[in-house]
Amino acid sequence: MPFQRFVESGRIAYVSDGQYKGKLVAIVDIIDQNRVLVDGPASNVPRCEMRLNELHLTKFRIRFSYTGSTRVVRKAWEAANINDLWKETMWARKVEAKKKRLELSDFDRFKLRKAKQIRNKLRTDVFYRLKKKVKKAKTTSASKKAEKK
Amino acid sequence: MADTEVKETSVQENKNTPAEMKKGRKGGRIRPRNYDLGNGVYRFSRTRMFHKKAVYKFIGKKTPKTVKPKKPITIEKKISGDKNGEKRIVLLKKRRANYPTEDPVTVHHSKKCFRDHRRYLRPSLKPGTICILLAGIHKGKRVVFLKQLKSGLLLVTGPFLINACPLRRVSQNYVIATSTRINVSGLKIPAHINDDYFKRKREKRAKKEEGDIFSKKKDEYKPNDQRKADQNVVDKFVIAAIKRNKEKKMLFTYLSAMFGLRSSQYPHRLKF
Repeated sequence: MPFQRFVESGRIAYVSDGQYKGKLVAIVDIIDQNRVLVDGPASNVPRCEMRLNELHLTKFRIRFSYTGSTRVVRKAWEAANINDLWKETMWARKVEAKKKRLELSDFDRFKLRKAKQIRNKLRTDVFYRLKKKVKKAKTTSASKKAEKK
Repeated sequence: MADTEVKETSVQENKNTPAEMKKGRKGGRIRPRNYDLGNGVYRFSRTRMFHKKAVYKFIGKKTPKTVKPKKPITIEKKISGDKNGEKRIVLLKKRRANYPTEDPVTVHHSKKCFRDHRRYLRPSLKPGTICILLAGIHKGKRVVFLKQLKSGLLLVTGPFLINACPLRRVSQNYVIATSTRINVSGLKIPAHINDDYFKRKREKRAKKEEGDIFSKKKDEYKPNDQRKADQNVVDKFVIAAIKRNKEKKMLFTYLSAMFGLRSSQYPHRLKF
């Protein structure tokens, strides 16, 4: 499968490192192989250059005229509804979950562990019950077949 | 502020000659006419200052140098008597007659005894905080911090009923304070529970005459009745305090469980 996401003007990227870590920016212009000009009017990132190895490309792309000003980028961003679309992605939810997990205190972590134990216990119980049922059904059907023969 | 003052002085200067101004000025600090605006940028440029200072008045003028008469250091003295060379050059200011052979004794600040040391307590440690013990026989256990003793050590209890950690002293360096806290306000710890209470009692060695010194067996530690009674008093209160908590059931299991790290958990990255 060919590449789907390209470094191109209008591509929305997730900042993975540096001062603006965890924010969304739009690529405005490409400076060279390693650096791009980005702008994040909706995430409080001023127009600046960023290294490409601290950007992760998302599937979103907004359309604005080539090297548009911040105002133009903001307009396109809001028109495309990027903030809401991003929140619905699995990626954003995982980021959110990770943040939540980091915030847990020792007691919270303990409670989570206990809750998971209870859930897993319930799940395995159900699983074994089903397994038993299937096994029983199989053996009865097999015995019936044997009787017919 | 500074700006207005600058104007005033400049006006004054126009009227009076600089020499007069010096006389008229009152004592105290004089603010410089030109000042730094920040980043090395000054309020007035060189040309502005040239005119403000009226440097043009002094160009080409030279004030005559006042030459101070030099004071002599030595003096020539006549010496009477023959074979004395008649005269000698003598210092007006006599040199010191003697110099110290040793360095002077400097005053050292007095060293403080251990009991006078200032005790610190981490702000995360407050009475009722649940701590994780990191050292000693009970390491890994979650215990309740009660108070700081005079020696700076923490008084801690399991409670004994929950995780078999008795009333104990621990250094705060060997403890992780968690953010979980039990409300133990109103807890009165018996006054006799202090550092001496926890001190190890050592029996004196048997004298040479009294049998073999190696034959004596080591006594195993057993808590005396006093300790048991104190443990009961404190634990009763602490357990009652836990029971008053909303999550009492979870807290009981939490305290009875040991602390441990799982894979990809790093204590310096965790929040406690």
